[in-house]
Amino acid sequence: MVKEYFFEKTDRTNAFITRLGLAMYEETGGPLEGKGIAVKDNISTAGIPTTCGSRILAGYVPPFDAHVVTRLREAGAAIVGKTNMDEFGMGTTTENSAFGPTTNPHDASRVPGGSSGGSAAAVGDGMVDMALGSDTGGSIRCPAAFCGIVGLKPTFGRVSRYGLIAYSNSLEQIGPLGRTVTDVNTLMSVIAGPDPRDTTAYDRPYTHTPSGEIAGMKIAVPEEFFGEGVDPAVAESVRNAIGKLEDAGAETMTCSIPSMAYALAAYYVTCTSEASSNLSRFDGVRFGPSVETKRSWHDEFRDHRGTLFGKEVQRRILLGTFALSAGYYGKYYAKAQVARENVRKDFLRIFKDADIIAGPTMPQIAFKLGEKSDPLSMYLADILTVPANLAGVPAISVPCGTVDKMPVGLQLIGRHFEEERVVDAAFAYEMEVA
Amino acid sequence: MTDKTVIIGLEIHCQLNTKTKLFCGCSTDFQGDEPNTHVCPICLGLPGAMPRLNKQAVLYALKVAKALNLTVPEVSEFSRKNYFYPDLPKGYQISQYDKPIAEKGIMEVDDDEGHPKNIRITRIHLEEDPGRLIHKTSRDRAGYSLVDYNRSSIPLIEIVTEPDLRSPKEARRFLNKLRSTLEYLEVFDGEREGSIRVDANISIKGHNRVECKNISSYKGVEKALNFEITRQRNLIRKGQRIEQETRHFLEGRGITTSSRSKENENDYRYFPEPDLRPLRVSGWVDDIVLPELPDARRERFMTQYGISENHARTLTGDLKVANFYESVADADSAIAAIWVADILLGEINYRSMRIDDVPTMNIADLIALIRDDTITDKSGVEVLRVMLDHCMGDNVETCEMPADIVTRLGLTKAAGDDFTAVIGEVIAANPNAVADYHAGKKGAVNFLVGQVMKATRGRADPKELNRVMADALKETEE
Repeated sequence: MVKEYFFEKTDRTNAFITRLGLAMYEETGGPLEGKGIAVKDNISTAGIPTTCGSRILAGYVPPFDAHVVTRLREAGAAIVGKTNMDEFGMGTTTENSAFGPTTNPHDASRVPGGSSGGSAAAVGDGMVDMALGSDTGGSIRCPAAFCGIVGLKPTFGRVSRYGLIAYSNSLEQIGPLGRTVTDVNTLMSVIAGPDPRDTTAYDRPYTHTPSGEIAGMKIAVPEEFFGEGVDPAVAESVRNAIGKLEDAGAETMTCSIPSMAYALAAYYVTCTSEASSNLSRFDGVRFGPSVETKRSWHDEFRDHRGTLFGKEVQRRILLGTFALSAGYYGKYYAKAQVARENVRKDFLRIFKDADIIAGPTMPQIAFKLGEKSDPLSMYLADILTVPANLAGVPAISVPCGTVDKMPVGLQLIGRHFEEERVVDAAFAYEMEVA
Repeated sequence: MTDKTVIIGLEIHCQLNTKTKLFCGCSTDFQGDEPNTHVCPICLGLPGAMPRLNKQAVLYALKVAKALNLTVPEVSEFSRKNYFYPDLPKGYQISQYDKPIAEKGIMEVDDDEGHPKNIRITRIHLEEDPGRLIHKTSRDRAGYSLVDYNRSSIPLIEIVTEPDLRSPKEARRFLNKLRSTLEYLEVFDGEREGSIRVDANISIKGHNRVECKNISSYKGVEKALNFEITRQRNLIRKGQRIEQETRHFLEGRGITTSSRSKENENDYRYFPEPDLRPLRVSGWVDDIVLPELPDARRERFMTQYGISENHARTLTGDLKVANFYESVADADSAIAAIWVADILLGEINYRSMRIDDVPTMNIADLIALIRDDTITDKSGVEVLRVMLDHCMGDNVETCEMPADIVTRLGLTKAAGDDFTAVIGEVIAANPNAVADYHAGKKGAVNFLVGQVMKATRGRADPKELNRVMADALKETEE
């Protein structure tokens, strides 16, 4: 039975690119029946425009649903719209959108974080309980931290990427955002599981009920997560939060991730390289605004892409093209893969003794709009989130107090395919402070 | 003659005849269908679509690897070859680069003196075909081109040889043998348009190498190489430098031209395809059972059917011809070899027919008529021609049985005595020839016999006729 869902909430933060005032859902008896869910605009939705926050996809309506969207519909969810994002996921603030910036629900002069800023703001502002985002280098956890909500980046391969418009395939995962750990857990149980169409996905379904029982859980705290560039007030909030986990019975230890010195470089070389290839298909031949065919295809492709891609996207395509070029591949891309493997090894080493790694999600609270106009300073803000993507491990951000009335996020990172423990730790913290 | 200074290496792209495409479930059987009717989000490169590897294509590639004695490494990998072109939907082709599915093999081929030699195979890799551009009219006038993605993501293997070939003829023999091997493996359909495309690298020892791209026929390869050898030799003779470049072969004119396109300068920026896991299939090779291959079948034909090496070679060069021969060899393997290899192939070629168009039953019948001495060889050819002229390809009914044709046209072989009257007429009509014969020019008898054959439309047995004619001529001796 198809039912109607009226979605009439005011969008104060410019969280949505496309809103469906009337969304439909199926009475399936599923865990999301009758729930309004927002979906990041880089996740394909049949019949609903999907833009990636870019002018180059204006008018594109996918003919198919992403795997996660199919799962949402089967679970009875009403998809209420598509949320704003940094163009193709390239940004940490949701300012790089062709549809204007989204603002932070706690302070309209600040950014919601990015790139899943629209999804986080929609949840943070109470428009929806849950939303889907994608996380390539922190794009779920950063806006979750900035907007004071919960966001989970799953293990690489736990959620099918089929239908996610690729930015950096080897790093990114679709994941849930929600106001509570329980909501995030519910949404995760809906979207996880195998999909023959994504052959990098594993058959590892997620059926977990969060438990606050973490007595004896071993939590490692890397010194690099509290190093240079981390706001002392943010660090203090997070240390207090880790103290609460100790109160709940967890044991803590310090650890070190030396490979973090190269993590950011490895991350940006890898993601721009993959992006430079992934974004080649936006040539105006098959979808999006069409090209003028009376010119040579070469001229037309160049002008089409030069006009319709935003500045940051063009910057990253150029960087990635350079990194993959003959004579530079060995210096950049190949080296980045070595550094990436070192990050993974550091994590595996720490996870021999510890169940969870804990630290801040972001080194600072939400930036002011326009504050990170220098790309390099924006890239630096990803330092604490990119290691989990490089290693492919699951990581959650859960709100842990405020600094200057702005939310701070506690990041909890787990072993491959151990989302359950990460969620339990987050749930224990949530209960401890409730 | 083989010229040791000519150095040729080939890169051969062959379409694999899997049922579905390399990375999606679309059917590969689109010949004759409307453009863009065998497409889906994956082969159209729509945003968010992901490739899913076709296991059959991998098995086919491994089959070829095993047949050509290549090693399959434990891990191979797909890579992206990045370049822009309107027929390339994703802006990159999923191919293989530094970790191909198979490496280092060998295929034996005869050199121009007929001695067998080994051609080293560098590698085999799997990749997808791009779509196809269709220029409706002259591109300038139409102002647009159309793109058909039916071909997009059709599986290809690229077979790369070491520069071991020494002449255009040798290259062509290599290609013929490769094609026949692929057909025996049943992984390839040589009759499909565009099913094979060759890039040929050629140089004269001590000079730069030239790459001739996208040659789409075996004859074309030989022609292009011959043209290049002459062109390069002329430049060397004039003391000019040979540019290292890519040239295009113009099939119609039989020449190559410098392409000087941007394509030349492409930096493909290969990197591992992140949407596919590395391939670990070396363990599959042992389970692959190879069919009998052309060389083995040729040997068997010689021993089992007692036919000559030449006949065996002709008959086994094409899988369908070999199968055809075996299904008609029962009647009389020696006669069958002559009739299939020396006569039938020429006749169907002349009519642009395919061997599949000829019912084996009919040819078996013809061979039996010859074997039983019911008709002469000459009548046999006439019967075959009459039959083929009315054969409507796949409609077996239209192919008249040779025995019926023999009856209808009255071609049953007659004994020499039956032609006494005709012989008398020929002798009476050609007194000069008879006189020549009596004057000692014994060759004149051949002329007279020929006249009788002509008058009886070949139904007379030549040996018998010769005897009767000699008798008749004796009688005219006074």
